[in-house]
Amino acid sequence: MTHVHKIYLYPLWLRIWHAINALGILILITTGITMQYSNPAFKLMNFELAVNLHNISGIAVSVSYFLFIIGNRLTHNHTYYRLKLKGLYTKLTLQIVYYTYGIFKNQSPPFPISEKRKFNPMQKVAYLIVMYLFVPGLILTGLGLLFPELILENIYQLSGIFLTAILHASLGFLTSIFLIIHLYVASIGKYPLNNFRSIVNGYHDTNIH
Amino acid sequence: MRSSLLSLVILFQFCFVQTLPAQEKQIAPENDQCIKCHTHQTITFENTLTKREDKRLMNPLYILDKNHFAQGVHGRFKCTDCHPAEYSHYPHKAELKLEPLSTCLDCHGGDARYASFQFEKIDEEFQKSVHFQKSGESFTCSKCHDQHYYQAKSRNSTEVGDIVLFSNQMCMSCHSNNNKFQLISDSLKPALAQIHEWLPNQELHFKNIRCIECHTQVVDSLSVSHNIMPKEKALKNCVECHSKNSMLEASLYKYKNLQGRSQKGKLHTIIANKAYVIGAYQNNLLNSVSIILFLVVLTGILIHLIARIVKK
Repeated sequence: MTHVHKIYLYPLWLRIWHAINALGILILITTGITMQYSNPAFKLMNFELAVNLHNISGIAVSVSYFLFIIGNRLTHNHTYYRLKLKGLYTKLTLQIVYYTYGIFKNQSPPFPISEKRKFNPMQKVAYLIVMYLFVPGLILTGLGLLFPELILENIYQLSGIFLTAILHASLGFLTSIFLIIHLYVASIGKYPLNNFRSIVNGYHDTNIH
Repeated sequence: MRSSLLSLVILFQFCFVQTLPAQEKQIAPENDQCIKCHTHQTITFENTLTKREDKRLMNPLYILDKNHFAQGVHGRFKCTDCHPAEYSHYPHKAELKLEPLSTCLDCHGGDARYASFQFEKIDEEFQKSVHFQKSGESFTCSKCHDQHYYQAKSRNSTEVGDIVLFSNQMCMSCHSNNNKFQLISDSLKPALAQIHEWLPNQELHFKNIRCIECHTQVVDSLSVSHNIMPKEKALKNCVECHSKNSMLEASLYKYKNLQGRSQKGKLHTIIANKAYVIGAYQNNLLNSVSIILFLVVLTGILIHLIARIVKK
């Protein structure tokens, strides 16, 4: 006998932040690609519109990032990101083995979602890198490009703007790679759409045998 | 206000760059007599009417910056190469001022030594320009190219910033100066900052690209395009510069890139690329790495997905 147990995992403020962030990042990726690979022969979008949308979404995502950090501090949400280095290698190996083997053998996940654990160790590492390294890096380099007078003119032989722009585009690319993986991993579970529903209504379904 | 501030910044940078010592460059010794007076703020002369020695301020327009002159393309010229020989006598006759000066084409036109610079073609292009169309012959080369201080920056400088500064200063010398602007127009100088308000990061654009990038029609065979178009025809399409086949490669970066490649090799040009133009700068290595990484991720996801469906 299996019954479904619902855990309230995503509070309203977090869902609103997630929605704003998701929309903003999708616009940023689309407009970023439009600008980086702009081609008059094949126009995905008007360049000027892309620049304006990128600037507005960039500011919106930056503001929402700081609200996320504040929200994390004020609630217990930050506890989900706590990572113990001790035993991390073993935990990551267990999770990798599950994703590449166990999942196909209908084994139970080694780190199932519970009220105390929202993320498995691999997710924790990925989210920590993205949310505390890539996104702040993107915000800082983005601010630099928005206000180029803040950037050092030359760093050794290279232009400061050149380095900032390369770093911004590279971090943007890596974040879009994360987004693809993030969307795919979200489809893993008993039903592929469950996690997408959860981030809308806040409840995560767990099966209790 | 913003326009004046911008002009001041450009003027300051210009003065700073231009007043560097001339190092080894010396002006022709035949000019010593002229320079004795024409590099000083004051002039002392024997007043033939009062029979006294008079000391007066020199007309600022006739004061030459000799270091700056020595660095220019005509820095080794004698003054009388262009000015009437009678100027070697003092006091100068008043009517000498009315004599027309030699024009650029008087020397540069039809001379095989200057063939590669295509002065005739430049003249042809210039005659299509809004400057010539509005002012005719009175718009001489010297309105932009000061014969005393002109330097062939776009051809010889490897610093894009230096080329841009020098070029834009030529435009700003009239377009941000009402007195000079009114030599050719009855109206006041245009409010450049307001007119260019549509341009994102306006100051960055003004500092890093030349006015002529958008205001002329690029002619590949010429080092610098001289057909300045009416403002209605100015380029307003971002992707002309912000794309892989950026127009800037054929204009602003043409000489820089050619020089860089011949002197230091293609790799150096890529590594030391001091300019970053969104859309125009596309590093092949980074592009390839990102495409490979993207395909690896997609393939991984696809294999995983198929395995999930099969094993369900």
